[in-house]
Amino acid sequence: MEISIIRFPGTNCEVDTYNAVKKVLGITSKILSCKDTVIPKSDLIIIPGGFSYGDYLRSGAIAAREPIMSDLIKKAKNGVNILGICNGFQILTECNLLPGALLKNSTLKFISKITNIQITRNDTFFSKDYDKNQSVKIPVAHHDGNYFVDQETLRAIEENAQVAMRYAEPINGSLNNIAGLYNNSFNILGMMPHPERAIDNQTGSNDGIKLFQSMLKSMSL
Amino acid sequence: MPDKDIYQSHGINEDEKKLLLESLGREPTITEIGIFSVMWSEHCSYKSSRYWLKELHTSGKQVIQGPGENAGVVDIGDNQAVIFKMESHNHPSFIEPYQGAATGVGGIMRDVFTMGARPIALLNSLRFGEINHPKTKYLLSGVVSGIGGYGNCVGIPTISGETGFDISYNGNNLVNAMCVGLTTHDKIFYSKASGIGNPVVYVGAKTGRDGIHGATMASGEFDDESEKNRPTVQVGDPYAEKLLLEACLELMQEDAIVSIQDMGAAGLTSSSVEMADKGQVGIELNLDKIPTRQKNMTAYEMMLSESQERMLMVLTPEKTQLAKEVFEKWGVDFEIVGQITDTNNLVVKHKNKVEANIPITYLTDSAPIYKRDVSPRKQKQKSTAKINQNIDIKDTILKLLNSPNICSKKWIWEQYDRSIMANTLNPAGDDAGIVRIEGTKKAIAMSSDVNPKYCTADAKKGAKQAVAECWRNIISMGAEPLAITNCLNFGNPEKPEIMYDFVKTIEGITEASRELNFPVVSGNVSLYNETNGKPINNTPTIGGVGLINDISFLEKFGHMLEGDQVFLIGNKGKNLSCSAFEEVIMGRNTEDPPDVNLKTEKINGEIVKKLINDQLLSSCHDISDGGLIISICELLIKSNIGADINIANNGNILEELFAENQSRYIISVSSSNQDKMFEILNNASIQYHHLGNIKGNELKVNDKIVISLNELNEAFENLIPELMAS
Repeated sequence: MEISIIRFPGTNCEVDTYNAVKKVLGITSKILSCKDTVIPKSDLIIIPGGFSYGDYLRSGAIAAREPIMSDLIKKAKNGVNILGICNGFQILTECNLLPGALLKNSTLKFISKITNIQITRNDTFFSKDYDKNQSVKIPVAHHDGNYFVDQETLRAIEENAQVAMRYAEPINGSLNNIAGLYNNSFNILGMMPHPERAIDNQTGSNDGIKLFQSMLKSMSL
Repeated sequence: MPDKDIYQSHGINEDEKKLLLESLGREPTITEIGIFSVMWSEHCSYKSSRYWLKELHTSGKQVIQGPGENAGVVDIGDNQAVIFKMESHNHPSFIEPYQGAATGVGGIMRDVFTMGARPIALLNSLRFGEINHPKTKYLLSGVVSGIGGYGNCVGIPTISGETGFDISYNGNNLVNAMCVGLTTHDKIFYSKASGIGNPVVYVGAKTGRDGIHGATMASGEFDDESEKNRPTVQVGDPYAEKLLLEACLELMQEDAIVSIQDMGAAGLTSSSVEMADKGQVGIELNLDKIPTRQKNMTAYEMMLSESQERMLMVLTPEKTQLAKEVFEKWGVDFEIVGQITDTNNLVVKHKNKVEANIPITYLTDSAPIYKRDVSPRKQKQKSTAKINQNIDIKDTILKLLNSPNICSKKWIWEQYDRSIMANTLNPAGDDAGIVRIEGTKKAIAMSSDVNPKYCTADAKKGAKQAVAECWRNIISMGAEPLAITNCLNFGNPEKPEIMYDFVKTIEGITEASRELNFPVVSGNVSLYNETNGKPINNTPTIGGVGLINDISFLEKFGHMLEGDQVFLIGNKGKNLSCSAFEEVIMGRNTEDPPDVNLKTEKINGEIVKKLINDQLLSSCHDISDGGLIISICELLIKSNIGADINIANNGNILEELFAENQSRYIISVSSSNQDKMFEILNNASIQYHHLGNIKGNELKVNDKIVISLNELNEAFENLIPELMAS
């Protein structure tokens, strides 16, 4: 099982993500530089959280134009599974692998807390181990998590059941409380909550474990 | 030739000017005046405080490096060490709250990773003016965003802190930031330069014109025109800091660095002078090589710039190329800008001209030192207002929970990323923050504390109390307190009564840290915190670090549970003097803060720590602002459960509920663990009192006073959100 993690300048969750994959799945992943032009064969590519390029210009905007992205987009179109967490989600919208955009939180403040999240479906690569509509606790930590998209696309997203997870209550102004989103082929998931920080009750929650286990199960099939 | 007033405008007084001219034996260049002015500023030279700081208790078996380096270093076993320090960024944060606070965080982080440690936690201690003062909202909002904006981006969790409000900070808020890092004993880096001919290397962000004279500004008082100083405030770039951090830590894995020093206050000047001074060598800088942001910067500007995210290193020549490659990989500027010499002088060259040539000792050992006049301040008139014994107790409890210094600071800490690095073990708002050490069973507990009201009423008692409370907060999380850093914020030291309080503060800190084996390993002094001649309350902030050897007990620790019994460890409340009750309810301040009996403090603390580590307690909280009942309320709110509390009727109920006597804790214990607990308590013969039990969803006191959890929550949570939304 090959897992690659892409690091951009300013990424700051790559070690947490690497550790979570190691602890939960026992898999040693590869951390790649965004300056690489080819991503080695991978069953899963993770774009971790952080502040790529300091979130300057717009969160994720500069990262989305890095050399590694053309191979990422190619692999995405070929069905390789991609998980974008927080800044990773922002980067995925910036390179149009996911629709919409993540605007500044409606509070205009950074928000950091363990949040109640509802997992909408349990039949995707990323969600097999959860129950349908399961409520979980996962930390969020972001300034730009306010999901926005035009009404027509929003309708399409909802009709296709592409919403992967919702906040139990509004926290940042996201349309339809969207916290995580699939592309229409369901091989890409972007999510604002940090599952890599929810793998141990000692740190507040282990509800993220099932996300990693789901992915392993799907990869083993 | 410098004109007459140039010394004055550089903050150099007549005596200092004389000393400067005598030492140098010639007229200085403008660059040299700039260098002298920053090196001799209060901020860099500690000229008013240095004489007294050497009295501090700084030793202990656990201490690897005490004060004098970028940060203090403490052993935590298994070849690991924590490196930590607290620093003030008060003046800049008042002038420009976001950038002032942000660069405060950036600066303290650099002090820690300069020494080889990866930062694992940030803390802060903030003081603002009255909560309804027109500027408070703006300053609070800016400072909190600035702290979050920097720490969140670099990716270090901000795990604990305190925020207070008082009229004395109306014109001069305080931002004290603390950083704790982790390293191994063989990877500790110092600033002492050595090796004649070794290259001096500049790494990090480019030098701009920002922050010139920041150190001088921070060494003066404020007046109504202070906002015009805004250009002296530096601008932070946390993204640049993150890259610098990673590049430095990567290079530290190689045998390349002889010495390293971050460029903080007084930038290139103080970093080069301090490195050379510690190594008793000379240093020569060629400013043509300095990466600059603007064109045509003068030597004066480059030497005094306080641009952020920069470091100076002395490297071994053979590893210089390797070092260059590491920094280039991270996209960080790397330039050889000089060399170590045997002249013992600081020589600054720019465009083939020597702009400065100063024997280093003139800037360090021969810098002015003042043993300033001291005299106790006049005792304020004792208040004669009588306590109304028939006061409504329910209303009093709710008012205290809703008061600025006691209320929940959730609005603040929800803006700080506390879960990044995935090792933060406890929820925000606990007595101390706890961060687990990856790959071990160990964790570090950290807290920052001071009660400025106590410290202003009686500097020595207040300082002792600050050290003791920090110790107690660390004990409350089951940790072994190891060492402290401090940040001594005071008014104008040229006023004898302020200098007197400063001296008494040192005495208090020394006494408490010696008795509790809680030595000072690093620190910072911030003086001249005055506006229009009005000083702030004395605010000697204490930041402490403790060690948990095995975190297993935390699994079942932290919340009061249905059926638990509640006990007070320590004596019953006896004196309302200087309490939050007096301030909030009676609107008066008296002059006699509670004293700390350090022997009792130590015994009570050791026993509480044992009870926690023996896994006998379900929760523990120290008693501080607001007294016993507020401590109980805070635990109930956190645990989301009620309690039935009985206070004996033979005492004075107001004193028992609201007095702030020291060395006390509230603990909860399950019925099945009670006997084991009694055995330990009785063997140690320490005072304890049964207070009641945990049940339901309301707080009942003596059956008569009933407050629902909802009421407690609303009072505790609503004040700051309502203020910020208004």
